[in-house]
Amino acid sequence: MNNFPIIRVISKILIPYILLFALYVQFHGDFGPGGGFQAGVIFAAALILYGLVFGLPSVYEVAPPKVVEKLIALGLVIYAGTGVACMVLQGNFLDYNQLKHNTLTDLPAYIGEGTFHFLPSDQHLGIFLVELGVGITVTAVMTMIFYSFAGREVVE
Amino acid sequence: MIDFIVIPILTLLALTALTVARIKNLWAAVMFTGIYSFLGASWMLILDAPDVAFTEAAVGAGVSTILMLATLALTPRKRHKDGHLESADFEEKPPKRSPFWALSVVLITGCALVYGTLDMPAFGDPNAPIQVYPDPSFVEKSQPDMHGLPNVVTAVLASYRGYDTLGETAVIFTAGIAVLLILRKSTAEDEAFISSMSKGEKGE
Repeated sequence: MNNFPIIRVISKILIPYILLFALYVQFHGDFGPGGGFQAGVIFAAALILYGLVFGLPSVYEVAPPKVVEKLIALGLVIYAGTGVACMVLQGNFLDYNQLKHNTLTDLPAYIGEGTFHFLPSDQHLGIFLVELGVGITVTAVMTMIFYSFAGREVVE
Repeated sequence: MIDFIVIPILTLLALTALTVARIKNLWAAVMFTGIYSFLGASWMLILDAPDVAFTEAAVGAGVSTILMLATLALTPRKRHKDGHLESADFEEKPPKRSPFWALSVVLITGCALVYGTLDMPAFGDPNAPIQVYPDPSFVEKSQPDMHGLPNVVTAVLASYRGYDTLGETAVIFTAGIAVLLILRKSTAEDEAFISSMSKGEKGE
């Protein structure tokens, strides 16, 4: 689709916003609608659009298959690792209440109330990490499936 | 007022489904499934399920349409003796058997499903099991449990049922790996490994 200027220009304008929207759905998922899976498929859709319009070699430069392949496992490791981290902190598997950190919540006493309020702790932190893991795995799986379809040649 | 949106969307959904079934050109049929998914996503949005609508729009209309188009582009074509590839016409072949039995099975199943819906509670009924059965206080309980996280759906999926979601992620992981194993082009390294394996078996 390299030769259609309208498609090239429009997708070049749209792709950053699709990626931004995916990040919004990912990191705002515990406040608004959405979450890891939705964000993952939207992010992958942006990569696939880029691959469709500008060709596989250009999308391989942005997201090399060797890296994406490993991200499939990384997402699951982040999820399970969050659970194991809770166990290391003497809680149950995936018991996010153990992830409460006092370092940053105690700081406001020194720098002023609410300075670090945006930093997630306990349940917020657990859900944040877990959704991040889901998002990474879903993005990587969707992108890799597209790569393996698009990278094949016609069989006779 | 909402009927002005609901009725056209549901009519278009039904029309698109019929078109997918009737149309003979496979490229057009794939594009119609994409349109069907977009209409489905709009319908989910009206039912107040924006996260399902995101998924339907991105997966149903986006990714799976592209994968189906890619499959069509990869389907075998004839190569003439002079070496040039003949492009396939991508027309659906006429069925070899009479569609009577298939049609009657579909009709009977459809009637059974519609008969089943007659027992279901009315749409939005506050006394329906789905509103009553998992304790409704879950919604209130999640506020102190999650320290003020407003999205109860995320709280249930990622925290109360964290194990379940871990399992789902593992399913996506496994499915992805399986698809890659089937579709990936085998490299020279893989070929060498396979041939060394088969030699080893022969040796024993």
